[in-house]
Amino acid sequence: MATLQITDLHTGYPGKPIIAGLTLPPMVSGEVTVLTGPNAAGKSTLLRAIAGLLRIKGSVAYEQQELSRMSSQKRAEVVSFMPQSVPNDINLSVMEAVISALKASPLDAATGANEQLHKRAIAILERIGIPHLALEPLNQLSGGQRQMASLARSVVREPKVLLLDEPTSALDLRHQLKVMRLAQSFAADGRIVVMVLHDLNLALRWAHRVIVMDKGALVSHGRPTDAVTPEVIAQVYGVQIRVETCTLGLPNLIVDREL
Amino acid sequence: MSTTAAVIEKGYRQQFAKRIALLCGLAVAMLLSFFFDMVVGPSTLSTADVFKAIFSPDSIELSSRVIVWEVRMPYSLMALLVGASLSLAGCEMQTIMNNAMASPFTLGVSAAASFGAALAIVIGVSLPGVGGDWMVVVNAFVFAFGATLLLQALSSMRGAGPEGLVLFGIALVFTFNAFTGIMQYMASAEALQQFIFWSLGSLTKANWDNIPLLFALFAIILPFSLASSWQLTALRLGEDSARSFGVAVRRLRFLSLLRISLLTAGSVAFVGTIGFIGLVGPHIAKLLIGEDHRFSLPASVLSGALIMSLASLASKAIVAGAIIPVGIVTSLIGVPVFIALILNKRKR
Repeated sequence: MATLQITDLHTGYPGKPIIAGLTLPPMVSGEVTVLTGPNAAGKSTLLRAIAGLLRIKGSVAYEQQELSRMSSQKRAEVVSFMPQSVPNDINLSVMEAVISALKASPLDAATGANEQLHKRAIAILERIGIPHLALEPLNQLSGGQRQMASLARSVVREPKVLLLDEPTSALDLRHQLKVMRLAQSFAADGRIVVMVLHDLNLALRWAHRVIVMDKGALVSHGRPTDAVTPEVIAQVYGVQIRVETCTLGLPNLIVDREL
Repeated sequence: MSTTAAVIEKGYRQQFAKRIALLCGLAVAMLLSFFFDMVVGPSTLSTADVFKAIFSPDSIELSSRVIVWEVRMPYSLMALLVGASLSLAGCEMQTIMNNAMASPFTLGVSAAASFGAALAIVIGVSLPGVGGDWMVVVNAFVFAFGATLLLQALSSMRGAGPEGLVLFGIALVFTFNAFTGIMQYMASAEALQQFIFWSLGSLTKANWDNIPLLFALFAIILPFSLASSWQLTALRLGEDSARSFGVAVRRLRFLSLLRISLLTAGSVAFVGTIGFIGLVGPHIAKLLIGEDHRFSLPASVLSGALIMSLASLASKAIVAGAIIPVGIVTSLIGVPVFIALILNKRKR
């Protein structure tokens, strides 16, 4: 079982520290870890720091190897990041964009013939469920379709750690479920999947672990129903909630009122 | 392979073939335009004379041969070279700045070159050991290159994103325009006229000394540019994504800016300010062929050369017997083509 360990992490933007001295329980392969918390809690900042997109102090280690000390090319073999939003005016087909993700830097398995690369790109589009969009230009897709195409690009390099920043934000109900199911299946491949989510019900149903953050610090963590409790939610969101068990025996979060 | 996969693979290959065909089409159009550009000129040479002068120079009288080889061919070749260089620079710049309105001229590179030229023309200042006509060329080159070095210095500073670069470029435009204004205010009537002619951009400065120089510059840079095409395409998907795919974005930007500065400085130094090609060339290329840089970079080269060649043709054809500075014509024919393409795109 591979682990991603964050210890005494300091990061943020020039002149604006966001996270100071954050240590998290290890995230492990085979599991979907959801990062949640109110706006400006530092969730996306944490994800970008893990992805190597921000300068950090402290340690972000995959299997005891410091990600921040790796070259960008080496790091790309371990970690992949799906940003919250992508430009919407790109005149590239979905297939071209996926292939450019494979070709952008040398990749052991991708050094093969173009035919292999094409197969790999098509396979990921089929797995994500958008093969019919393969030849469509990105600038003519809906927001949700673009998000699915972005997911395809972030996973096609077969990263060991997959970081997804609000992957369901532009999706309808059906596609939200689809992305959560895919996240679980990517984890089942043996990857560490970490995603930022605002929808606590999705987190309760689909995450293996939940980390609740506020103001750049850890508030609670553990199995979904252990991490998302009325006390924690009242503390970080100022909202009164109940977690009830539905008729199928699954946890369901109900919001009652502002505190 | 599943049926869907086979269908996608086939569609992708067709798309690929279509893009190659479009590139070939652009190349043919460029060659045709080049040829017509050679045929048209103030002196009355027939198409057959031009053909003869090119393919069997001995069969035609000396004066015609001189006109074709010493006047028209350098002029027409320079049009292709300058168009190709500026358009390639524009294409790369739009990608690395993530801004469709970026071009070597939006960012103060040409304003800097103009100031350099003004220094040479008005007060005769240049690098030691440089004299005569080369003063303008060397000054324009040095200042254009200096401006891009400044842009590079800014791009390597922490926290300076594409927006910062564009703003800095605009600041450079105003600063150098002000300096040039001072030069113009100080200039004698004769020097002022000479400077204005330079700044309008004209291909008449083309000759067999400067064409090989610019060609060598272009031929050295193009392979490096094409070698970065996958990284540039990845950058188009957003900086975070590109970095996550393993692209060293800062390095890519730095090297790309270096190429842009050399291409722009080289062109501006020899023909003066020609502003519209670096913007419209890449736009037309991307509208036709998309943003896969394996195609959009060569398409920008070809479309830039084509537009410049057409502009050169028009500069000789609009007023019989006169050659209007080509910088004026590029805008006049570039703008309507550009607007037509955008409107056509909207309709579809």
